[in-house]
Amino acid sequence: MGQFPLLSLVIWVPIAFGVLTLIAERIRGIDVRWVALVGSLVTLAISVPLYTSFDATTAAMQFVERAPWIPQFNVSYYLGVDGISMPLVLLTNFMTVLVVIAGWKVITYKRGQYMAAFLIMAGLMNGVFESLDALLFYVFWEAQLIPMFIIIGIWGGPRRIYATIKFFLYTFLGSVLMLVALIYLYLQTGSYSILAFQHTPIGMTAQILLFLAFLVAFAVKIPMWPVHTWLPDAHVEAPTGGSVILAAIMLKLGAYGLLRFSLPIAPDASHALQWLMIILSLIAIIYIGFVAIVQRDMKKLIAYSSVAHMGFVTLGMFIVFMIVENTGALAGTAMGMDGAIVQMISHGLVSGALFLCIGVLYDRMHTREIADYGGVVNSMPIFAFFFVLFGMANTGLPGTSGFVGEFMVILASFKANFWVAMVAAITLILGAAYTLGLLKQVLWGPVANDRVAALKDISPREFLVLGVLALAVLALGVYPQPLVHVMEPSVHHLVHQVMQSKL
Amino acid sequence: MNFTAPAFAPAIPEMFVFGMACFILLVDVYAGERRRVVTYWLSLATLAGAAWLTASLTPTTQITFDGMFVNDKLAQALKLFTYVITAAVFLYSRDYLQQRNQFKGEFYVLGLFGMLGVMILISAHSLLTLYIGLELLSLCQYALIALDRDNGVASESAMKYFILGAVASAILLYGMSILYGITGTLDLGQLALFIAGTGFAQIGLIFAVGFVVVALAFKFGAVPFHMWLPDVYEGARTPITLYVGSIPKIAAFVMFIRLLAQGLGGLHPSWEQMLIAISVLSMAVGSVLAIAQTNMKRMLGYSTISHVGYILLGILAGTQIGYEAAMFYTITYVIMATAAFGMVILLSRRGFEGDMIADFKGLNERSPWFAAMMLCVMFGMTGAPPFLGFFAKLYVIEAVLNVGLVWLAVVAVLFAVISAFYYLRVVKFMYFDHSDDKTPLEGGWDLKWVLSGNSLAILALGIAPAPLMALCVHAFGF
Repeated sequence: MGQFPLLSLVIWVPIAFGVLTLIAERIRGIDVRWVALVGSLVTLAISVPLYTSFDATTAAMQFVERAPWIPQFNVSYYLGVDGISMPLVLLTNFMTVLVVIAGWKVITYKRGQYMAAFLIMAGLMNGVFESLDALLFYVFWEAQLIPMFIIIGIWGGPRRIYATIKFFLYTFLGSVLMLVALIYLYLQTGSYSILAFQHTPIGMTAQILLFLAFLVAFAVKIPMWPVHTWLPDAHVEAPTGGSVILAAIMLKLGAYGLLRFSLPIAPDASHALQWLMIILSLIAIIYIGFVAIVQRDMKKLIAYSSVAHMGFVTLGMFIVFMIVENTGALAGTAMGMDGAIVQMISHGLVSGALFLCIGVLYDRMHTREIADYGGVVNSMPIFAFFFVLFGMANTGLPGTSGFVGEFMVILASFKANFWVAMVAAITLILGAAYTLGLLKQVLWGPVANDRVAALKDISPREFLVLGVLALAVLALGVYPQPLVHVMEPSVHHLVHQVMQSKL
Repeated sequence: MNFTAPAFAPAIPEMFVFGMACFILLVDVYAGERRRVVTYWLSLATLAGAAWLTASLTPTTQITFDGMFVNDKLAQALKLFTYVITAAVFLYSRDYLQQRNQFKGEFYVLGLFGMLGVMILISAHSLLTLYIGLELLSLCQYALIALDRDNGVASESAMKYFILGAVASAILLYGMSILYGITGTLDLGQLALFIAGTGFAQIGLIFAVGFVVVALAFKFGAVPFHMWLPDVYEGARTPITLYVGSIPKIAAFVMFIRLLAQGLGGLHPSWEQMLIAISVLSMAVGSVLAIAQTNMKRMLGYSTISHVGYILLGILAGTQIGYEAAMFYTITYVIMATAAFGMVILLSRRGFEGDMIADFKGLNERSPWFAAMMLCVMFGMTGAPPFLGFFAKLYVIEAVLNVGLVWLAVVAVLFAVISAFYYLRVVKFMYFDHSDDKTPLEGGWDLKWVLSGNSLAILALGIAPAPLMALCVHAFGF
């Protein structure tokens, strides 16, 4: 302690601004949007030092804060970030700013509550990434369901209530089993510290059960096939901002959970069940890819493509065991992990951007049916430029961020098993098929109807949002080194942890 | 034959409440209709006085009146909590009762006498004291429900409660008489010594335990002895439901502790099995049946049943942590239930009860503040962090895991997911639906302020649960 509580600020400043927004809504003459924008910008600003003063030579937790919280259970308010979680915190705060700007004109009903929900959620998601205490993690993990539940329920589409209750119950069901697992680990180790969990030896049966309990929680969140069914509903019904946060950040929570809990706490079980994870990942990549091709709803299509892309993330994480089995060396294992994490960040940017693009169209036309569009490029050329760019990033075109992650994962898979890599690489074709299909039908071709002809191109506000994202996607695609550099020691540390038996 | 006066000091709060209740009864007769507010303020003053007296007792275990009465840390903590909740009941209901010409002195006098029953129960150290306290509480409750005598539904539920309650009391007495027959003592301390001395459980003792558990489960409203609970909750006037739904839960919890844990603790293996069955059934029936309800009070009734299942989880663990967890859960539940029924009172106005779940429609448009308060209550009951309800569930689940009942913990969390649905439905009505009813909420200052504090407490104690946990640990510390 004694240092500046940067991590706490990153959690509590947005929450405080969220409450402030709610209060400001009751006062006449205050535009709540500015309060929310200032709040999100301040949060982003205070999270920048996390990157600039990050020590990329060590895998140890940094900016650590620790204070007793519930002494009866030995729970502490224990925060810290490493190279895996720090980029995700930045991503969260970055996307929140964009979401606030994106909702500027669109949201008219209870605007203050809308902005407040996103700010509070940003704080809670930062909390998930920063917690080093399992109970604190769980509290943030569950708490962020509440604002999302409200966001989908109030500002969502026609079937929003069905979608939001399904979303809540699905994720709640997944997480309660994790809670039992956490309490079990607490009774074994005598504390809720995640690092203590990672170091304690556990028997094989217990490891398998723990792994499965964690898997239920994280698989629902990621989402992995076959527990992905809540995602298309939630995405389709959520307002644009909700979809963006859902795709960009919330899905990453599950993948982050695998990295922080499943792999290091139950390495032997992860090893034993790697076949399950790889098969589920491949099914997500192939089967969901095919499902995406036949979608008629733009949002649903992107939602399914998210599931397929997250399949890459899980594949990259669990392929490491197979690499070691095949080559007998650790060389190349880190590449799978690196690829998975780069893919997480990249997917956050790209899927968020795609949902924002669809939002731009939806705000003008109030339909998400692909068939209602056609020839949009004629009336919205600038928009079409961005949409094509993000579409290409989604297919993994070299030069965009999408390429880096997928390429690393496929390369790692080749070291492990030719056929796995072969099957995974099919995604490049499938991804191109559904994304290009979407672009073709929406943007190109003859102008579909008068409403499309009358479309106005994007406003400066929309240009700002999409432009910033486009820069990020290109920067990460051309030069991913700043990201890979900070996470390298943590990933190496994780790979070593995973390879050491805890029996 | 020499007579020594017993130590009266540990029972001073009870005597004070008894005296004040009689005094208020008299004052009320002479004060008349127009100065009824005097009764209201005197009742609140009684609670404050009792709190002061209780707090100033020495926090050591003192047994007096020939082993009939005990004052210990548990008793002190629970009594103080009982005063707070009784005060909340009085504060919430003033406006409601005034609007319906139900603002009668009897409400306060019966309320105080019922609370006295709870106090006696809390301090019971003998089967007899326990029974007296229970009956005092129960009779006041029957009378309170029937207070609105022109209301057919209320009379019906009072009658139902009375008959079923009398049967349960009879069963309890029967169990107690068997215990007395075998052990020859009514004193809970000596009972525990006797059981520890016999080494193994006699069949007669197990019989007695069976009767006792049935009666206690009835008073708590646990399945399969829950039939009365939803009807009574729905039939009684909302302030009475508030009373019946909050304070007796403390009494039921303390009966479990005094009788089963302290008196019959040696027979833990035999009552553990019964409680496991009752607990799982309560969680199941409460969670599933609440889904089908349209009446808010009835839904809260079923939700009570499922919460009772969780409280029993802590008790059946039979460990120090288990009892602490059960106490924590009871306190949490009572705080949340008080707020929930308070919210129903807030929605009601002259000629409109506001007790249907659909009446919560569009509350976010009518009053964003109270919609947010109800949000805290509902997510608290769901057991979602960072609300207090989460830590209550955490505590009991940990207690259950601690004794190795992993399957029970898994069952418990699964039912928590099922019950989440109907709490979410209330949130859905408040936030996602629009209502034609745009009337601003009525309600006195006392209701609005205290209700806000009560709901915020669910959030605040959830963010900082350590003090409340420390209190529970303290209560069971020696």
